[in-house]
Amino acid sequence: MSMSWQTLAGRLFGPQHAITAEGDFLSGTACLDGRIITVLGTTGHAEVGLELALAQARVVLDTVARHPGRPLLLLIDTQGQRLRRREELLGLNRAMAHLGKAIDLARRQGHAVLGLVYDQALSGGFITSGLIADACDALPEAEIYVMRLPAMARITKLPESTLRELSQNNPVFAPGVVNYLRMGGVRRLWEGDPAEALRQALADLTPQDERARDGASRGGRRLAADIIQRVLDAA
Amino acid sequence: MLSYAECTARERLAHLLDAASFQEWLPPQDRLTSPHLQALGVPPAFDDGVVIGHARLDGRHVFAAAQEGAYLGGGVGEVHGAKLVGLLRRALRDRPCAVLLLLDSGGVRLHEANAGLIAVSEVMRALLDVRAAGIPTLVLIGGNNGCFGGMGIVAHCADHIILSDVGRLALSGPEVIEASRGVDEFDSRDRALVWRTTGGKHRWILGDCSHLVEDAVQAFRDATLSILNGADASRPVTAKSLENEHAQLRRRLALAPPDAPANPETEAVALWRQLGVPDAEHIPDLDVAALLDRFAHEGRQA
Repeated sequence: MSMSWQTLAGRLFGPQHAITAEGDFLSGTACLDGRIITVLGTTGHAEVGLELALAQARVVLDTVARHPGRPLLLLIDTQGQRLRRREELLGLNRAMAHLGKAIDLARRQGHAVLGLVYDQALSGGFITSGLIADACDALPEAEIYVMRLPAMARITKLPESTLRELSQNNPVFAPGVVNYLRMGGVRRLWEGDPAEALRQALADLTPQDERARDGASRGGRRLAADIIQRVLDAA
Repeated sequence: MLSYAECTARERLAHLLDAASFQEWLPPQDRLTSPHLQALGVPPAFDDGVVIGHARLDGRHVFAAAQEGAYLGGGVGEVHGAKLVGLLRRALRDRPCAVLLLLDSGGVRLHEANAGLIAVSEVMRALLDVRAAGIPTLVLIGGNNGCFGGMGIVAHCADHIILSDVGRLALSGPEVIEASRGVDEFDSRDRALVWRTTGGKHRWILGDCSHLVEDAVQAFRDATLSILNGADASRPVTAKSLENEHAQLRRRLALAPPDAPANPETEAVALWRQLGVPDAEHIPDLDVAALLDRFAHEGRQA
């Protein structure tokens, strides 16, 4: 059973936080140990379309402009990018990249940026939020995957039954936060007190992308780090 | 005139770059294949569908990668993605004159979806590192898969995009949308609709690429050199550049609000007209030269 954003926010920050939902869009500020944090994200398994991508980017850009150094917490609950012709006509890929670049700029300007998958994360809604933060953590009961099986079967031209079988046990294919943890895509699962987990998560962020190395040491993605190194070493 | 779309990844590199100058890293002889495909009965490729290396371009030292669209739709898996990340991290260390990414991809390789998704996000971060270091990064798109999914996002992390008129650039492919929302939302077999919605001319009119070129390798080379010879080959991401992009995207959304009536036959033309394009209904009939010529006179409004 996943946690609502209200319950999560209450357990992280107590009743005094100023995070609000406007439809599927979450934004506001909260205080941890006397330090103000910008909080933004999505709820209700949001479809991330053009408006939601830009709304999130706006919060990031405003924080960079007005509150240098203020940490950013991205709360993630999405069913992925909005699958509509209008989104493609108007360039959802660019709006998503815009959000990703805003988060990346914040990191470069010294803002700690942490993603937290508290409910569900899916491909397009995830790649330019949690996956481009300094680190992305998850609640143990959260769910992460790339695409629903029927659409996947159509694109890969593989039988849905084969994919269903694979989704039971193959870590590079199967949904699940534990698989993402083992592959390095998720840094840590938050067991116990969320406020303590957030405190710890913000305390040890690194600017380097260490996910390939984590994937190798945790055994879920054995090749990526080695291949990267081989390219660096190639004559 | 050599068609870019019809070339393989290696042919594109061979003809785009100075003759015989390309040197490949982790070539097929190294036999680095994906370990995740055997369980699905999918044959491996000894380069995992992407070629990386360095070369000369009009004498300059450049790094380049080319996705092989004929192999699993150019999909990014663990090894494929790691080769791209390795190239970009090496660029950060060795500081070539430019990094060229010849993208031809449906996005994440679904056969190893989780590893592919993480890999694409690693490519994004590594690309933004290279761009932030002031090394020009160029994405070239004109293959049969276009540039979709996570790679469609990656493209907009580069300094420049060069797109051919047969190239396509978007997020969700028409087939994915049709499979999820039905044929009335997006008829993936309606080629004209697909091109009006995601094609090179449409993207250029919107202002989503630096250069629109003919489907010819030489045209891609000319455009690449024109960017590298220009004053803004490197365009670092700044708060100001993002504010400009934000305003541009907001204006665009205001032209086609979510509750506006959608009509696959007319919506793209209506949008072009709102952007100030004269004779918008004839855009699909124009070749690249005629389109560019018209905009040279009228100015690109977007």
